[in-house]
Amino acid sequence: MKKLSARQQLHLEKSVLLLVLMLPLARIIFDYFQDSLGANPVEAMTHRTGDAALQILLLSLAVSPIQRYFRFRRAILFRRLLGLTAFFYGLLHFSIYLVFDQELSFGDTFADVAKRPYITMGFSSLVIMLPLAITSTDKMIKRLGGPKWRRLHKAVYAAAVLAVIHYWWLVKANITIPAIYGGCLALLFASRMIRQTRNLSRKNY
Amino acid sequence: MLKYLKCRDVPHSSLRMHKALMEGTMLIKIIDPTAAREHEVTPQALYLDRRRLMASTARSMIAAGATGISGLMSSMAFAAKAYEKVPKGSPFDTNEALTPLKDVTSYNNFYEFGTDKGDPKINSGSLKPRPWKITVDGEVEKPTSFDIDDFIKTKKLEERIYRLRCVEAWSMVIPWIGFPLADVIKAARPNSKAKFVAFTTLLDPAQMPGQKSKILDWPYTEGLRLDEASHPLAFLAVGLYGDTLPNQSGAPLRLVVPWKYGFKSIKSIVKITFTSTQPKTTWNVMGPDEYGFYSNVNPNVDHPRWSQGKERRIGELFKRKTMMFNGYDQVASLYTGLDLKKNF
Ligand code: HEM
Repeated sequence: MKKLSARQQLHLEKSVLLLVLMLPLARIIFDYFQDSLGANPVEAMTHRTGDAALQILLLSLAVSPIQRYFRFRRAILFRRLLGLTAFFYGLLHFSIYLVFDQELSFGDTFADVAKRPYITMGFSSLVIMLPLAITSTDKMIKRLGGPKWRRLHKAVYAAAVLAVIHYWWLVKANITIPAIYGGCLALLFASRMIRQTRNLSRKNY
Repeated sequence: MLKYLKCRDVPHSSLRMHKALMEGTMLIKIIDPTAAREHEVTPQALYLDRRRLMASTARSMIAAGATGISGLMSSMAFAAKAYEKVPKGSPFDTNEALTPLKDVTSYNNFYEFGTDKGDPKINSGSLKPRPWKITVDGEVEKPTSFDIDDFIKTKKLEERIYRLRCVEAWSMVIPWIGFPLADVIKAARPNSKAKFVAFTTLLDPAQMPGQKSKILDWPYTEGLRLDEASHPLAFLAVGLYGDTLPNQSGAPLRLVVPWKYGFKSIKSIVKITFTSTQPKTTWNVMGPDEYGFYSNVNPNVDHPRWSQGKERRIGELFKRKTMMFNGYDQVASLYTGLDLKKNF
């Protein structure tokens, strides 16, 4: 077999990753047609898209630690895809809410966003992700310039924090799962801080 | 006309006996299961219930003179619905479409068996609803305790088709079997100090594995004002869809207060206590500004997490408007002079 060029290989890997990342969506569609989304399909879809958005978002934040701890330097090449997929699921999650909970009434939606604290958090998280998604193209990176772009994209941490608060505030009594996500996020922060202090002490920041 | 149904499609409680007789997924021959019934019932009242379908199937098989071991076995297994002969057609019934049995029994908030809605169905097998003791005590002339079956025997059972509105903004329509709570109150003869009725769920982490984690302050407790509890709508259920209560629905005895949010309708009751002061209720202790003692269904008072103006009827995609007192206006007089915004 002919050996793939580096570019072709990356393209292939990204396609495979995209397919994997679309599995939660494929499962929702499959289960919908199998009538196995349960008694409350809208709730099931909301939960599954929300879970996917948060998990993939956290995975995108884990890229640099993965690079360092697993010496998997190429991981960075997949970060944009992860971030955009997280945004895609967030958008899907919001659209389900907009259509089935608010029946496309933007007035009701904004009233709800203003009124219910956990919705405020989720919405803020998505709003923060929007400019990051828009500025994710090569062209935009060039236009903004590296340092500025990187500063902007630090906001992804804020989006993740808000999403975890969103989850924390929506559960009634059992906070186990949001606490696990919160723990993951704390680890990611810790890893970032460790690196920064190391870099500072090496004076090559 | 011949149809084949898989035994596996039948809810397991009615299958138990059947399974004991023959294993697994054997096919049963069925002679036109629905045709005989369709003209007898309005489509709206038609139970979307496989068990009933199977029961009528068994009957029509016998009527058709079907013989042989398979016919005999199915009639033995499926004719046994505990409360099939209980009178139907209460004046309190709603004529809205019933929520399918499958949804009623697979989508439950019963934290004693886990916090996911699917958990109670999966985890409630460890609950043993027989033998079961019920204690009635407190401010009454004669505190007593009963065995559940003796308790039920003294009551006139009836069916009530009620709306159930959960605080999480979803709702169902369920045909309950049971008796008015007022019957229990009358029999207990509360004294002049009795102002409230408190209810307690079983406390037994071996039977209720969810109680092993301190998610709520176990045992679950609920309460009503004595006049609320005496209202003819307040109901104690021992069954649904013509059969014994499934464990996940609060076997063997649960409260049904259709004008209040679902969490007031406490499940698997072991104790009914008459008190002079307002009893502690689980969710109210957990979040006093979220869950009031009254917790009447009220579209005008929003919960911080769920807007209460609308609800999703299970089986529907879009939401419908929520009605004051869940549509049970006859209870309004219980609350004259009470600020329902403050006393939510
Ligand atoms: C655009 C604004 C958003 C709205 C209106 C919204 C709305 C909701 C709603 C209604 C629920 C279900 C609550 C319930 O069942 O009681 C939910 C759950 C959830 N949302 Fe959001 N959300 C938003 C944004 C986000 C974002 C950006 C993320 C993640 C990055 C996210 C992650 C989650 C998660 C993880 C859950 C819980 C899923 C589960 O219980 O399994 N949401 N959201």
